Amino acid sequence: MNLTYLRYELIRSVRNKRAFIFSLLFPLIFFYLIAGSNRHVTLDGVPFATYYLAGMASFGTMAAMISLGAKIAAERSVGWNRQLRLTPLSTRAYMRAKVLSGYLTALLTLALLFLAGATLGVHLSATRVLHMTGLVLVGLIPFAALGILVGHLFTPDSMGPVIGGGVSILAFLGGSWGPVGGDHGVLHNVSQATPTYWLVQARSTLVGASGWDTKGWIVIATWTVVLGVLAAWAFRRDTSRI
Amino acid sequence: MSWPMDDGLHWAQSRRGGQYRAMTTATDQRTTTAGIRLASLSKSYGSVLAVDGVDLVIAPGETVALLGPNGAGKSTTIDMILGLAKPDTGSVQVFGMTPADAVRAGAIGAMLQTGQLLRDLTVRELITMMASLYPNPMAVGDVLEVTGVTDLADRRTQKLSGGQTQRVRAAIALVSNPDLLILDEPTVAMDVEMRREFWTSMREFAARGKTVVFATHYLEEADSYADRVVLMARGRIVADGPATEIKATVGLRTIKATLPNVPIASLTGLDGVQGADRRGESVVLHCSDSDAAIRALLREFPAASDIEIAGAGLEEAFLLLTGDDKSEELS
Repeated sequence: MNLTYLRYELIRSVRNKRAFIFSLLFPLIFFYLIAGSNRHVTLDGVPFATYYLAGMASFGTMAAMISLGAKIAAERSVGWNRQLRLTPLSTRAYMRAKVLSGYLTALLTLALLFLAGATLGVHLSATRVLHMTGLVLVGLIPFAALGILVGHLFTPDSMGPVIGGGVSILAFLGGSWGPVGGDHGVLHNVSQATPTYWLVQARSTLVGASGWDTKGWIVIATWTVVLGVLAAWAFRRDTSRI
Repeated sequence: MSWPMDDGLHWAQSRRGGQYRAMTTATDQRTTTAGIRLASLSKSYGSVLAVDGVDLVIAPGETVALLGPNGAGKSTTIDMILGLAKPDTGSVQVFGMTPADAVRAGAIGAMLQTGQLLRDLTVRELITMMASLYPNPMAVGDVLEVTGVTDLADRRTQKLSGGQTQRVRAAIALVSNPDLLILDEPTVAMDVEMRREFWTSMREFAARGKTVVFATHYLEEADSYADRVVLMARGRIVADGPATEIKATVGLRTIKATLPNVPIASLTGLDGVQGADRRGESVVLHCSDSDAAIRALLREFPAASDIEIAGAGLEEAFLLLTGDDKSEELS
C-alpha cells in the first residue's frame, strides 16, 4: 500500500471542515440536546444516554461513509479522476484510500461520542467500547459501497440533498432517532432490513450482549453485496464515458 | 479549388512516407520502439467522426506539435494516446506498449486541456502525493523549481490563480519523470510572459532526450517550439513536416486584385506564387514570397487594380489544405 498517498488523502479529509458537519457536529449536538435533557431516564433497562449514544454513533458514522460520495463526485467534476488515470494508481488503491479516510472520520465520530457520553455519566469498559466499535466498523461496509455508488451517480451540486436526505431517511428507518415500528408489522420489518438498524443494534454490546444475531449478519452481508455490485457498475459506467 | 502542393513541401501521403522510411532504416531501433505509433486510428462520438483514420509515427526525442483549429480531432487523438478514450478502430502504441501499460510504467506525463487541482493540499503536498504514485519520480524540489512554483509551494491549491494552477498542472505532468510528455493546449490560460517561461522549461525538459507532443491552435507556438508539425483538420492529418516548412505554407500571404480576362494558368507561373484562383472579376494569388509576386504581377499585368495584400490566417490555410471552401463547416 502507498502510505504517502494514503497520508495525504487522510490529511485532506481532516482539512475539509464542511464534511464534518453531518458526521461530527450534528450527532454531537443532538446527543447533548436529547440525551442531556433525559440523562436520568432509562429505556428497556438501559440508561437513555447509553441508548442514544449508539443511535447518534450510527447516524454520524453512516454520514461519514456516505460522504465518500461527495469527495468522489467533487474529484470527478474537476477532472481529477482523469488525471489519476494517467498514473499507475490502481482503482482499487484509490477506493481503498477513500474508504479508509471515511473510516477515519467514522472513528473520530465514535471517539468523540464516547467522550461526550462520559461527560453525561455513560461509563463503559474498554472491552465494551471496543466491541461496539468493531461491530460498527463491520456494519459500515455497505455504507462505504453506498458512498462509492452515489459518488459516481451524482454531481457535487446534488450531493447535499442526496447525502442529507439519504442519511436522514436511513437514520429514521433504522431507528437512529428512536425505535421505529414497534415489535412487529411492516414498518418493523422494513426497519430491520436496513443496514442502519444493525448499526444501531450494535449498542447491545454496551450493556453486555454479544451483538448481532444471524439476521443482522445476513442483512449486512446482503447490502454489502448488492451495493458493492451497484458501485462497481456505476464506476465502470462512469469511466467508459470519459 | 486547385492548388499545387508539391513545392518543397512534405505532405502527409506523398513525401512524408518516403522520408520516414529513410529515417527508420537508418536507425532500426526506432522502428521497434517508436515513441508513439498510431495506426489507422478512428473514433466517433455519436454521429461525429472526431478522428478519421490517423496514421502517425513519432520517434523518441522528437518535439511534435499537433496543430489545428478547434474540432480538428487533436484532443481526441491525445485522449487515445493516453488511454483515456478507446479507439473505434486502429491501434495505439506508446514505446511499444499499450497506453495502459505505458501509464503503469510511469512513462507518460500529461497536462490535459481541462481539469482543476485536488483541494485541501498545499502545492508541495500535492506534488509529493503524485510523486509517490510513480516508480522513478523526479525529486519534488526539482519539479517545483523547473516549473517555477517554488514560491507557491506552501499555498493551498484552491487559492491559486489560473496561471499558477497551470504551472502546478505542468509540475504534475513532469513529476513522474516521463519519457513522453503530452500537453493539450497547455498555454490557453497563460499570459505572454508566462507562456514564454512555460515553454522555456518544457524545452529544457525536451533537451534531456524526452519526447514531447503538444496540441495547439497557435501557429506561432507550433513554429517556435516544435521540430515537427502535424497539421490536423476534421479528424485527419492534412500535413506533416518540419516546423519551418509548415510555417512557410500556412503562413502564406495572399494578393487579391481585380484583373478580368486573364487565365489563371498564366498567374500560377509568376515568381513567388504558389497557387491562384478566380473569384469573378478578381483573382487571388497564394504567395510564398509576396514581395516577388507583387512585382511580377505588376510587371506582367499592369492592368491589375484594387490590390490587397494580406497574411493568410491559419483558418484560411486549413481551408486550402483540406481543399475545401466551405468555411462555415470549420467554425
